[in-house]
Amino acid sequence: MLWLLFFLVTVIHAELCQPDAENAFKVRLSIRRALGDKAYVWDTNEESLFRAMVAFSMRKVPNRETTEISHVLLCNVTQRVSFWFVVTDPSKNHTLPAVEVQSAIRMNRNRINNVFFLNDQTLEFLEIPSTIAPPMDPPVPIWIIIFGVIFCIVIVAITLLVLSGIRQRRRKNKGSSEVDDAEEKCENTITIENGIPCDPLDLKGGHINDVFVTEDERLTPL
Amino acid sequence: MEKVRPQWGHQRQFVLACISYAVGLGNVWRFPYLCQLYGGGSFLVPYLIMLFVEGMPLLYMELAVGQRMRQGSIGAWRTISPYLSGVGIASVVVSFFGTIYYNVINAWSFWYLFHSFQDPLPWSVCPLNGNHTGYEEECEKASSTQYFWYRKTLNISPSIQETGGLQWEPALCLILAWLMVYLCILRGTESTGKVVYFTALLPYCVLIIYLIRGLTLHGATNGLMYMFTPKIEQLANPKTWVNAATQIFFSLGLGFGSLIAFASYNEPSSNCQKHAITVSLINSSTSIFASIVTFSIYGFKATFNYESCLNKVILLLTNSFDLEDGSVTASNLEQVKDYLASTDPSRYSEVFPLIKNCSLESELDTAVQGTGLAFIVYTEAIKNMEVSQLWSVLYFFMLLVLGIGSMLGNTAAILTPLTDSKLITSHLPKEAISGLLCLISCAVGLVFTMEAGNYWFDIFNEYAATLSLLLIVLVETIALCYVYGLRRFENELQAMTGRALNWYWKAMWACVSPLLIIGLLLFYLSDYILTGTLQYQAWDATQGQLVTKDYPAYALAVIGLLVASSTMCIPLVALGIFIMHRYKRGDTAPVA
Repeated sequence: MLWLLFFLVTVIHAELCQPDAENAFKVRLSIRRALGDKAYVWDTNEESLFRAMVAFSMRKVPNRETTEISHVLLCNVTQRVSFWFVVTDPSKNHTLPAVEVQSAIRMNRNRINNVFFLNDQTLEFLEIPSTIAPPMDPPVPIWIIIFGVIFCIVIVAITLLVLSGIRQRRRKNKGSSEVDDAEEKCENTITIENGIPCDPLDLKGGHINDVFVTEDERLTPL
Repeated sequence: MEKVRPQWGHQRQFVLACISYAVGLGNVWRFPYLCQLYGGGSFLVPYLIMLFVEGMPLLYMELAVGQRMRQGSIGAWRTISPYLSGVGIASVVVSFFGTIYYNVINAWSFWYLFHSFQDPLPWSVCPLNGNHTGYEEECEKASSTQYFWYRKTLNISPSIQETGGLQWEPALCLILAWLMVYLCILRGTESTGKVVYFTALLPYCVLIIYLIRGLTLHGATNGLMYMFTPKIEQLANPKTWVNAATQIFFSLGLGFGSLIAFASYNEPSSNCQKHAITVSLINSSTSIFASIVTFSIYGFKATFNYESCLNKVILLLTNSFDLEDGSVTASNLEQVKDYLASTDPSRYSEVFPLIKNCSLESELDTAVQGTGLAFIVYTEAIKNMEVSQLWSVLYFFMLLVLGIGSMLGNTAAILTPLTDSKLITSHLPKEAISGLLCLISCAVGLVFTMEAGNYWFDIFNEYAATLSLLLIVLVETIALCYVYGLRRFENELQAMTGRALNWYWKAMWACVSPLLIIGLLLFYLSDYILTGTLQYQAWDATQGQLVTKDYPAYALAVIGLLVASSTMCIPLVALGIFIMHRYKRGDTAPVA
């Protein structure tokens, strides 16, 4: 009799947990990809840990606080490692709705990942989309801060250069206007020949060099 | 009364200014592309031949003209022959187009530079979609780097007709870029002479750092071997030679008038022959050096993508057949595939269409040039390096410095003729002239920050300078040799520098270079005519890739206007001066 009951129970269990069964989810683990040399072997102990985590997640859902580890059924464990699981209600006759299981797993996804040292990509619950953490968005975009700094520096540098240029020109103008006042308006140019500045032509008045006497005065007039 | 012409503080500044102008973005993003496309190591043969036959002579000619005439391009060509002042004006017009569109690249470099200070780099992750369950669709279809470039930086519209609005972020960056350029050219050669120490030397520092980093990357040797294995059969392809000639021509920046402007601030006795050889050799070796860096980065990126592709295939097989995790590796992939095909043919045939054929060759074959290389391919490689923020900052800083160095030359080409003219300098100080130029160029350049701006940028990049420069330099060479007289110029050069003109330069100037340029012109014209309608690449957001479209009529009109406005200057001004002379001669009565 007991044997028959046991048979019935396993048959029911087998029916409840099957690939593509109602309310069943497929899980896929990539332990070696995640951990490399430190990868652990997936055995029945790990399986019971997994069932415990699922039960823990379900217990956090209101009205499901009585979920036990034995209510979580695993089946079709492959070498991959992948398997299917379902969560049954206390009567073990039917499975809990997929929506509840999905929301429970989503809320505790981080804890489940951490227990197995995996992440969303290496511990996959197919058909349960993971909530991707949005990238940190600072209140003021960083690039504007740097832009503002460089912009101000450039503006200050330009203003300094322009002002110094104006000051230089004003000084040059004042200098040249003093000389201008003494003469008529002609520019003072400094010609540079072979790197040696020549003195500007003295236009104030000519000096007659007496050494060079004009031809007319030498010769006696006719 | 001659006003003292400003001079370079030291000969070194002149050489560095020429290097800073010639070594620009083209060395980094065009030469590696051409090298890859036209036979790898064997492309160096036509490149070096063209350097000696075309690049050096023409560079020497421009420097000699500038140094002899001691004026900007308009004045210099007016001295050679009054009918040819149109050549100078055409140079200024082309330089003006160049300054307008080139600084937009600096704006983009600023944008990327400012965004490099984030962790993670914004182009390494896709943004999330509305309900946070996945990534943005456009980003998924394309890649995160393409998404960042086309959507976040350009916010590009699907076609050139949809102009869209002004994007304030690139506009701000453009304004900053122009302020930076203004800061450098504010005081003329006095400030430019100091800035070029920085703009000429910094890119080399960054390239050396990148060379060391690039060569130590995993997979770099794949790229280098791919690039340098010569494909000798490409030497028979005429396009190889044409592209080598074109690359030398545009890489040295001939015809813009910048070189004439720089040389006009030289001492008359300086040895411009030595400078010409130095600058052209440094320019070409920088191109080759930059392509080594680029190809090691290419190799890294291609290997990375190839290995990711393999990993995806392995994952697909492992998941579909529930094999043990880690049992399939890159080395036994083929055997596993055969085994699965034989043991489980039905399931294998289901999975087979999804298996991509990963090939390192095809990854390396994706030849990219221009902004695509700099802002998409390089960023993709950088995001996979460790400490990617540092590499990103270095790289975009280098791009920025290269771009500003070239901008200094472009603006000098416009400002030198303006400051030479007594009419303008009597009314405005040179700071105001530079400021006005920067303001006008910035205002017009805001067109390129609109949503369709990148399409207009491509128009300017392709058509504003290419044909016009070839024509300008052709007229320059013929004018110098035959209108002014090669012998006369030779005597003047000898009197000026104290060195005789080598027969080689005379032969090149008189026959070989003009013939080469005529050949290039004919090739381009026939190419334009044969292709018929002109097309462009538009970004399709729904597919996440580029599609080819035809230019609308008004875009073609703009292209025609760009080319005509510079080339027509030469005949129109010549005609105008001819008419003026006839009019004057007709007016004055002949003296008995």
